[in-house]
Amino acid sequence: MNAAIKVENLSKAYQIGQIGTGTISRDIERWFVTKILKKDDPFLTLSEVNDRKTRSKSNVVWSLKDINFEIAQGEAVGIIGQNGAGKSTLLKLLSRVTAPTTGSISIKGRIASLLEVGTGFHPELTGRENIYLNGSILGMRKREIDRKLDEIVDFSGVERYIDTPVKRYSSGMYVRLAFAVAANLESEILIVDEVLAVGDAEFQKKCLGKLEEVGKREGRTVLFVSHNMSAVLALCAKGLLLRDGSVTFEGSVSECINRYVLGHTEISSLEQIASNEGTTSKIFGVQVNPAATIAHELGDRFDVSVSLQCSNLDEQAIIFIIHNDSGQQIVHNRISAKQLGLKETNRLFRLRLSVPPLWLSPGLYSIFFKLISLRGRTESERHVLEVRNDFDTTSRGVIDPNIEWTLEPIDAQVKVSVGGSTTAQGSMGFNGGRKQMADGVFTDSKVIS
Amino acid sequence: MENARRITEEWDLVIEGRSSLFDLKLEEVWRYRDLLLMFVKRDFVAFYKQTILGPLWFFLQPLFTTIIFTFIFGNLAGLSTDGLPQPLFYLAGITAWNYFSECITKTSTVFKDNANIFGKVYFPRLIMPLSIVTSNLVRFGVQMLLLVGMMMYYAAVGGSFSVTWAILLFPLLVLLMAMLGLGLGLIITAMTTKYRDLSFLVQFGVQLLMYITTVIYPLSAAPEKYRFWLELNPMTAIIEAFRLGLLGQGSITLTSLGYSVLFTLGTFVLGVVTFNKTERTFVDTV
Repeated sequence: MNAAIKVENLSKAYQIGQIGTGTISRDIERWFVTKILKKDDPFLTLSEVNDRKTRSKSNVVWSLKDINFEIAQGEAVGIIGQNGAGKSTLLKLLSRVTAPTTGSISIKGRIASLLEVGTGFHPELTGRENIYLNGSILGMRKREIDRKLDEIVDFSGVERYIDTPVKRYSSGMYVRLAFAVAANLESEILIVDEVLAVGDAEFQKKCLGKLEEVGKREGRTVLFVSHNMSAVLALCAKGLLLRDGSVTFEGSVSECINRYVLGHTEISSLEQIASNEGTTSKIFGVQVNPAATIAHELGDRFDVSVSLQCSNLDEQAIIFIIHNDSGQQIVHNRISAKQLGLKETNRLFRLRLSVPPLWLSPGLYSIFFKLISLRGRTESERHVLEVRNDFDTTSRGVIDPNIEWTLEPIDAQVKVSVGGSTTAQGSMGFNGGRKQMADGVFTDSKVIS
Repeated sequence: MENARRITEEWDLVIEGRSSLFDLKLEEVWRYRDLLLMFVKRDFVAFYKQTILGPLWFFLQPLFTTIIFTFIFGNLAGLSTDGLPQPLFYLAGITAWNYFSECITKTSTVFKDNANIFGKVYFPRLIMPLSIVTSNLVRFGVQMLLLVGMMMYYAAVGGSFSVTWAILLFPLLVLLMAMLGLGLGLIITAMTTKYRDLSFLVQFGVQLLMYITTVIYPLSAAPEKYRFWLELNPMTAIIEAFRLGLLGQGSITLTSLGYSVLFTLGTFVLGVVTFNKTERTFVDTV
């Protein structure tokens, strides 16, 4: 394998709590112990897992601990993990913002990192001046920027304001310009942190498209961090799952995302059970058939089942929920215990649902149940459903139904309709909403010409 | 971070936890020279944007300081100016001193001021203080025009001063001031990432330092017993040489100037090494 990045035993320790106040004596002590006595650094002795939920006596935290991986040239890798898993630390080390505590990173090729868009933008300078400034900060030479200037301005779409100070820009324009500079960097390796969360949907799409082009067409190595799983899925072939400072999985991106979402919910369902110890109401064991780990097609019908037990029947209701990966509720289907015919308490039931084709757009969805009553609520674990569409991945809608499109010449009818007759309308017929719209557009253009 | 031993044909860059103290990455600094110029340009454009007087401000500050100094130290206190026209004497001192003091105060906060940008993107950190010194150099050049203008005026009205051979030292003096200011500033900024106290010291320390440097009085006017102590200040010989070259009055010896040169070189090397060591992980502590 022709490696672009090789990471060996990489670790990074942070001291938490009060940092750097009145520590001259500690610094001297540390220097004495390590340099004179040649002992281990007392600052780094404890090697515990970075779990921010439990308190520890030590105020040293290993943000990354003994990380090893290799990335081949031209590979697009998504780095995923919860907040605090060490993603940002890893990117900081890779982009040389800070140095590792131990271990090494070997890099082949020029590396450009985009941890933030618009680093170093000066509000008083014009768009053009900021392109040069920002480009130089990112490591471009002046003549390189000269050459790329038109392309950058064009991509940003703020040509009209290019000689206006950026402090007069809207925040959207600012981000557009900033991303345009970064997107046109010439480097063999590109590191992108969650910078695309800003800007409007259209521009986000453009950025993702540009990144895709960079990765797939130009064959550059891309490291991408995002919580937007469909973006990761669309962009990357390989995934790296970080958890509490260690790499817990390395492999195909869809497998990686599955593990991430499942691992993520394991914790939350445990928490749920713990916090609901007083009651015996529970809902668990979500199963999807065909199995959720198999990619579903757009028009697939599927069955879901879940086990439940209720401690009382006061206003009890069960909710079936499907979220997409940005947390938007796609399905929220509620049924009361009464409607369901549930009359017995403290007995285990299996609930089966038959879900009709939902025509969900390609992406990742989580499926789970909520059990609510007057006394409280409990949630089942989440199941991940990957919906894929091999023919067309351009859909950005929530659903992508299989619409039948037909085209018919209407020359004869136009004449009639101009005359005000309604019979022509009737003879055309409708076949889905889109057809109607297409007709409208078509007719309009006819009238204009 | 670049470890020369491990960079083989296989890898272009190796990032490691520890590195040599003297691995200064000067090659990389040179590669980023365009960025340095970009920062200098930014400093200037940002300075006079949305001001009415614009670049004129570069002249006003030394001009008004000279007027006040002439009034207070020259007229009220009656301090000696070695027989030179008072405004000329003060302006020369102020111009040189300003360059040094700007270099030291601006570079001493370089980590704190740029924590945001340093935390997001890598470029050789030394670029930033170097750009500050360069910006100040341009400013110093503009202010020198004012001094030259005033010298021409006094030459026309017959003021008693003369340009001497020591003007040949001028480039060396500018370099010394830059390196000394930079070196001290770098040491301070490296230490302030951990111990913030130092930044308070710099604010009034530099101001006090001016009074124990021969800016508002000539070294010749100082009592014999204090002269040694004044010359311990490396800036004294530099300012004296500066005035000797441009105005013909100033007391320097080979020892005093040699001492300044050695002191400056030592400070500069120490500063760059300290800065380089701190730069690697300062993002974690600042």
